[in-house]
Amino acid sequence: MYGTYLRRELAGRKKQTVIVAVGLAIAIALVIIVNALSAGVRDAQTQALSTVYGVGTDLTVTGAQTQPGEGGGPRFDFGADDGTSSDGTTTLSQSRLMTDMLRGTLDASTVQTVTDLDGVSAATGALSLTNTTFSGQLPDRSAQSGTDMGPGGGMGEPPVGGPGGDGGSAFGIDSFTVLGVDPAASVGPLSSVTVTDGRALAASDTGTDVAVVDATYAASADLSVGSTIDVGGTAMQVVGIVASASADADTAANVYLPLDVAQTLAGVGDVVSTVYVQASGADAIDAVQSEISAALPDATVSSQSQLASTVSGSLSSASTMISNLGTWLSVVVLLVALSLAVLFTISGVARRTREFGTLKAIGWSNGRIVRQVAGESLAQGLIGGAAGLILGLGGILLINVISPTVSVAASTPTGPGMQGGPGGGMGGFDQAAAQATDIVLSAPVTPVVILAAVGIAVLGGVLGGAFGGWRAARLSPAAALRSVA
Amino acid sequence: MTLTAPPSVSTAYRLDGVTRTYRQRDREVRALDGVDLEIAAGDFVTIQGPTGGGKSTLLQMLGALDRPSSGTVTLGDLDIARASSSELNRIRAAEIGFVFQGFNLIPTLTAAENVDMGLEPLGLPRPERLRRIAEALVRVGLADRHDHRPGELSGGQQQRVAIARAIAKEPRVLLADEPTGNLDEAMRDEILDVLEALNGEGLTLIVVTHDSAVARRARRRLRLAKGVVTDITAG
Repeated sequence: MYGTYLRRELAGRKKQTVIVAVGLAIAIALVIIVNALSAGVRDAQTQALSTVYGVGTDLTVTGAQTQPGEGGGPRFDFGADDGTSSDGTTTLSQSRLMTDMLRGTLDASTVQTVTDLDGVSAATGALSLTNTTFSGQLPDRSAQSGTDMGPGGGMGEPPVGGPGGDGGSAFGIDSFTVLGVDPAASVGPLSSVTVTDGRALAASDTGTDVAVVDATYAASADLSVGSTIDVGGTAMQVVGIVASASADADTAANVYLPLDVAQTLAGVGDVVSTVYVQASGADAIDAVQSEISAALPDATVSSQSQLASTVSGSLSSASTMISNLGTWLSVVVLLVALSLAVLFTISGVARRTREFGTLKAIGWSNGRIVRQVAGESLAQGLIGGAAGLILGLGGILLINVISPTVSVAASTPTGPGMQGGPGGGMGGFDQAAAQATDIVLSAPVTPVVILAAVGIAVLGGVLGGAFGGWRAARLSPAAALRSVA
Repeated sequence: MTLTAPPSVSTAYRLDGVTRTYRQRDREVRALDGVDLEIAAGDFVTIQGPTGGGKSTLLQMLGALDRPSSGTVTLGDLDIARASSSELNRIRAAEIGFVFQGFNLIPTLTAAENVDMGLEPLGLPRPERLRRIAEALVRVGLADRHDHRPGELSGGQQQRVAIARAIAKEPRVLLADEPTGNLDEAMRDEILDVLEALNGEGLTLIVVTHDSAVARRARRRLRLAKGVVTDITAG
């Protein structure tokens, strides 16, 4: 009889049942979608960061920031005999490999210092560099030095030669990012890449002039496995092409070299720019961060969550929108839905005063009436929960079908400048490095999301049932019958 | 003075000095004022009186829906004034049948399901419940309307469903509050015939009514005015 009464009452009060169920359904759907989108944004952030920091990196250690201008920009010195001359034109080209001017380096022993700390599973060092190539053509001055002066000491023939043949000059500056990495490391930037051609760097590459090149850069610079690339004036043989795990993303640098080779070419000695640290477990990250900070007071130690804050672009906007608007909207709708469930149940009890008075008069106990009211409320909640689950999963499906693309720029604390040349005079490159990419935003469904939906539905039902049942139990049968007599 | 039942029969109810007061807008209302009354088992008693005279209050007291402010109300051996809530529930569930002026059926349930609602607290096995439902509907002449909802029945038929719900539990007493108040004469007589038949089978019948036609059918007629009961059977 309990089930029959419950079913008939819900069917008999369709309007109330529908309003409560729809309210809960919208709230639950919103919670599901916002939760799934949050997870999607987190995944995208992780994906964006992994292209820069590699998979499994929990912390990064970088040198202290330095004032702009300290150490100066790249300087190119050409001797009188430099370059090759032909047809009255001298062609000059020189490559310089430089570290980040805005951030100091760390002694390579830092890697061992960090590795020896408790809670550290693995650590590796990398040296971030920028290779800048200055190349150009100018008139062959040596050829002009013997020109006779005209009578009266006036200027002789105007200069000739150069790229236009009119004595003018043309210069170009090209730069690409270079990362010196430990070829044997299991963590770090190369841990997240995929080898598309050739091979990855191996332990045996230590001390050899080999390079691995990012696929996007290789395509733009017409490089392939077997070709050579000039890095700091030394020809490096390309042994592999690597790409980001994401089809749309670039890897952390354009060119990867064995760390010792990069150090030698840059002439910086035994230093690294960044130490990539993997903690033994998620719960050890905070402790390891504190330990490193204590052991290396001048260094900057960043956790993944801090690194996540460096992710910018529309992903950052999406993250902000979801965490602010989405969360608050969910909370507000949820509160409204739960309030609706409670208010409708209470008003339903008020409207059914005579019914409950009658039931008490014919022998129904308070407990039996409370169970009835609570059951009806719970059923309404579960109907709303089921509808909300369908609505939410539909929304998630829609998002995944649309697959919105968000732009991501994950800045690297020690990252070298982006390819494309200097951002100003030679004294100061714009080194605010960022790994720009587009990432497809997905909304994954997790068991937690499903459980949350069911939990909210049950909560709505229980809250409504508790308040409604409490009101029903307080009704005195005599007063209930008297009030409608 | 106690209004006593005939000495040869057992007593269904005994009320001694029953007073019931309410507070209404800072004013004390004395609905029952020292009522002394005995009602014999198997009797057919009507209670008449002006509106606000205390009739419904007395009926609720007899139906274990309310407790007196002072005095005792005894049903069989149980003092309703001192019984626990669970005991009152048990009495209402098993020993007292209630019929209301407005029928008080649950509109979403069929006639049979409404009757079943009265059996729900008894926890009877399903076959026994089905037997009692069928028997009760036959006794009120609605066996063929068992699957009709209240909205599909006339007022008289709805009241007969309410009577079936009250008698299906096989109570000792049937209390009816203006059972024919919402019915026309034909339906009123129809209901009174049913009630008289039940009383003829030994069921104690206590009916609150304004209707003299109903009162004339009773063996004993009481009048309740200003909280005081008088026996007007002889008058």
